[in-house]
Amino acid sequence: MLSYYSKLAWLSLKRNPLLSALMVGAIALGIGVSMTTLTLYYVMSSDPMPLKSDRVFAVQLDSWSPDEPYYDRDGGAPPPQLTYRDAMALMESDIPTHHATMMHRGFAVRTENENLRQEHKSGRATYAGFFPMFDVPFLYGGPWTKEQDESAARVVVLSRETNEKLFGGADSVGEIAYLDAEPFRVVGVIDSWQPMPLFYDLNNGAFTETEELFVPFSVPISKEYGAHGSTNCWKPEMIESFQDFLQSECVWVQHWVQLDTAAQQDAYQAFMDGYATEQKALGRFQRPLDNRINNIMEWMEFRQVVGDDNRLLVVLAFMFLVICLLNTVGLMLAKFLNRAPLIGVRRALGASKSDVALQHGVEVFLIGLLGGLGGLLLSYFGLLAVRNWYRGYEYLAKLNPEMVATSIVLAVLAAIVAGLYPTWHITRIQPAVHLKTQ
Amino acid sequence: MLSMDSITKVYRAGVIETHALRSLSLEVAAGEFVAVTGPSGSGKTTFLNIAGLLEAPSGGRYVLDDVDVSTMKDKARSQTRNEKIGFIFQGFNLIPDLNIADNVEVPLRYRGWSRSERKQKIDEALELVGLSARKQHLPSQLSGGQQQRVAIARALAGEPKLLLADEPTGNLDSLMARQVMELLEQINESGTTIIMVTHDPELARRAGRNVHLLDGQVSDFQPIEPPPAESEDHVAIVA
Repeated sequence: MLSYYSKLAWLSLKRNPLLSALMVGAIALGIGVSMTTLTLYYVMSSDPMPLKSDRVFAVQLDSWSPDEPYYDRDGGAPPPQLTYRDAMALMESDIPTHHATMMHRGFAVRTENENLRQEHKSGRATYAGFFPMFDVPFLYGGPWTKEQDESAARVVVLSRETNEKLFGGADSVGEIAYLDAEPFRVVGVIDSWQPMPLFYDLNNGAFTETEELFVPFSVPISKEYGAHGSTNCWKPEMIESFQDFLQSECVWVQHWVQLDTAAQQDAYQAFMDGYATEQKALGRFQRPLDNRINNIMEWMEFRQVVGDDNRLLVVLAFMFLVICLLNTVGLMLAKFLNRAPLIGVRRALGASKSDVALQHGVEVFLIGLLGGLGGLLLSYFGLLAVRNWYRGYEYLAKLNPEMVATSIVLAVLAAIVAGLYPTWHITRIQPAVHLKTQ
Repeated sequence: MLSMDSITKVYRAGVIETHALRSLSLEVAAGEFVAVTGPSGSGKTTFLNIAGLLEAPSGGRYVLDDVDVSTMKDKARSQTRNEKIGFIFQGFNLIPDLNIADNVEVPLRYRGWSRSERKQKIDEALELVGLSARKQHLPSQLSGGQQQRVAIARALAGEPKLLLADEPTGNLDSLMARQVMELLEQINESGTTIIMVTHDPELARRAGRNVHLLDGQVSDFQPIEPPPAESEDHVAIVA
């Protein structure tokens, strides 16, 4: 009977094309708007490292001004970045499984191939521990060594795309790339890697691409390069040289640690507090002791990657869906009641109430399915518009298989909910009343 | 075939009660052709709705084909309606989106028959009413008389024991009306019980028995006189 009811549903939709289009359109519009906002929210709030996000931590030390906290919220939380000297002190710890101080830093890049123009590439200066800590996949080679970290070795890890541009995608390990005119030996090429949100440096946007190359943290320091990112200072200090800057109270580097066990986490907290206490004795860290480690999801929550505006937008979008559904209920009711005489005939010819309910249920399902497909199309264009209108949303505003499936299921469920009352109503009609009126 | 004992039907609208049937009792034997007549408001349509299980009586007992159907639930009533009763309406009540074959198929769909069984019954029913060649036509492409013949084919396709006709010729001109009536007589001769509500005294005369309703009760239970065989009209039909 399902194929028969599907045929009847299709005929019914064709009978009143305008009314059918309005119903499908109302559901499609509600689904399109809801799924556009939900997709953005879903990607914004998703776990970028689900296998170990509870074991990798962003570090906060409260070296900020004694007069006022860095943040007014979260109990006057410490700054999101560290001073260079505090980060270097933390790098001395042997408690973490992996750890890395890091900063964003771009380079002008070329190779010995004269046909390639020199291009500016975004880069990250960090420690070798960055790669295993964040499970960075390698296509060729691997990270540099600890010794190369310490010696500011001119070595570089390239992204897959950068390797394709510079070396045509070949295994370039051992090849030379020139960064700011200085030769760097390629030690590794990473495979496609795009954690979303890009959690480890939220100062430069949570929804941007990963860097195009990576060098040891000591390299820019040795070249007296600062960071291409946020630098915040609270203390009036005479900064006349790069060394003055490195010793200043300005916070400008990020520091991440991998702590696999509760014991490691407790030990690291004690280590941070011990370090801060030592610094207090030296006249620094004059605020109450407040040093924090935040796992990845806590960090994104703390940094408000998903803002209250986004949550409100999702709520509003779903309220809009409800309004669309209410309209659909009215349209369906009108459509179904308009056909009451025909249902009267079917009832006279032997259709039970459940037969009538099933017939209309299939029609409602079909409307939902078409509405879902329409909603997907609208979501696609909605996300396309977001990508085109808002910088930094290129990786965020994409439909993924989960959201496609969710759209369809949600649309069908929404249509079924909208169709419940009209379907119930049509099963209640008295066939005798309508047989004379057909 | 049909036995109604003290059937009542009361419609309530707020505090107002309308007694459509008042203790109606009627027996119809298998194979009979009964015409139900009466003035407007006498309860003819209500009687037909209850006989066709489209409405439940407010009181009384209704036995159809030896089964008490007075208190049946919807599912059982629908099944009984589908298997034992065929309907012919004044307004034909064909489904406009479905072609002729699909219209005839409607009651068979609810019977749960296989595709081949349905096809056979559709062919037989359309053959009987002389519309085999119009299977793929839509109702709107047929004349009123042809539409009523399709409705008769639909009513007969499921081989019901009881055929209920509500003013079956009311929307037809006299020639088509006679053709339809002749078809009903032919169906009755093959053994199907027919109860026909009509205002038309000529049609009523051609039924085997006439039941006259007045104020929701059977007022006259006399067999009607046979129609004059010499009537020009009748001769015309035979011709």
